[in-house]
Amino acid sequence: MSLQISMEMERNTLIIRLEGELDHHTSEKVRDKIEAEVDKGIINNLVFNLEKLSFMDSSGLGMMLGRYKKIRQLDGKMSICSVQSSVYKIFELSGMFKILSVYDTEADAINALGVA
Amino acid sequence: MSKNFMTLQFAAKSENESFARVTVAAFIAQLDPTLEEIHDIKTVVSEAVTNAVIHGYEEDANGIITISAVIDGANIEITIADNGKGIENVEEAMQPLYTTKPELERSGMGFTIMQNFMDEMNVESKVGEGTKVTLRKKITLNSMIS
Ligand SMILES: Nc1ncnc2c1ncn2[C@@H]1O[C@H](COP(=O)(O)OP(=O)(O)OP(=O)(O)O)[C@@H](O)[C@H]1O
Ligand SMILES: [Mg+2]
Repeated sequence: MSLQISMEMERNTLIIRLEGELDHHTSEKVRDKIEAEVDKGIINNLVFNLEKLSFMDSSGLGMMLGRYKKIRQLDGKMSICSVQSSVYKIFELSGMFKILSVYDTEADAINALGVA
Repeated sequence: MSKNFMTLQFAAKSENESFARVTVAAFIAQLDPTLEEIHDIKTVVSEAVTNAVIHGYEEDANGIITISAVIDGANIEITIADNGKGIENVEEAMQPLYTTKPELERSGMGFTIMQNFMDEMNVESKVGEGTKVTLRKKITLNSMIS
């Protein structure tokens, strides 16, 4: 698999770190892994750390938007950080920044969720 | 400048999406494109191949996808073709946010990305016969090296 995912819980926030390429093939696997965590009912917020994500197409975008909608339904929040320029371009074109803010660091992204 | 071409055929499987974009990028690399240009090309190939897999063949791995790429001087032309179910209304399909598969978390941005990342996009499609996407771009030649 050309994508590595590592997840870490910090209180009620799930931090998802993606490394590699997020396309149709890998997005489905990432979605299933995140959903399995969210379905446990402990998580309120999601933070995506994309520092090592070198590629993303519309499939990755759809997966991220899907997680955003789902976490919003659960009254949670989502933020993203450390976006590479190539991935930034896709987010920008799709208007993703109108609904989601990007932060420079993971700590900033977590702080932005406003969880004490 | 000389002409060059290549053709690639493979099964309509999601595993082949990365193979397809990496292969086309490797072929284009002989023009010494910028990293951003390579990236844009990988992205558009990924979009068109994913569309063939998901929409054209509806994930039926018996489907065959054909990609051809032509280099003519600094100009590249890439076509991605399937013999899948085709598109009823191409104009409508090309609109940003238009998708027929929202339940699969598609966002309807594929054609918009292809249009934006390339200089030119042309879509030919016939219901029941298939879809062919032609993408063109002029690469900025690095005069220092050539
Ligand atoms: N090769 C194809 N065969 C049949 N229908 C297609 C094909 N390519 C695109 N379409 C149709 O055009 C629509 C728009 O395609 P586009 O790539 O812009 O969005 P999407 O694939 O639905 O979503 P996204 O690309 O954001 O994941 C699709 O929903 C589908 O109905
Ligand atoms: Mg698409």
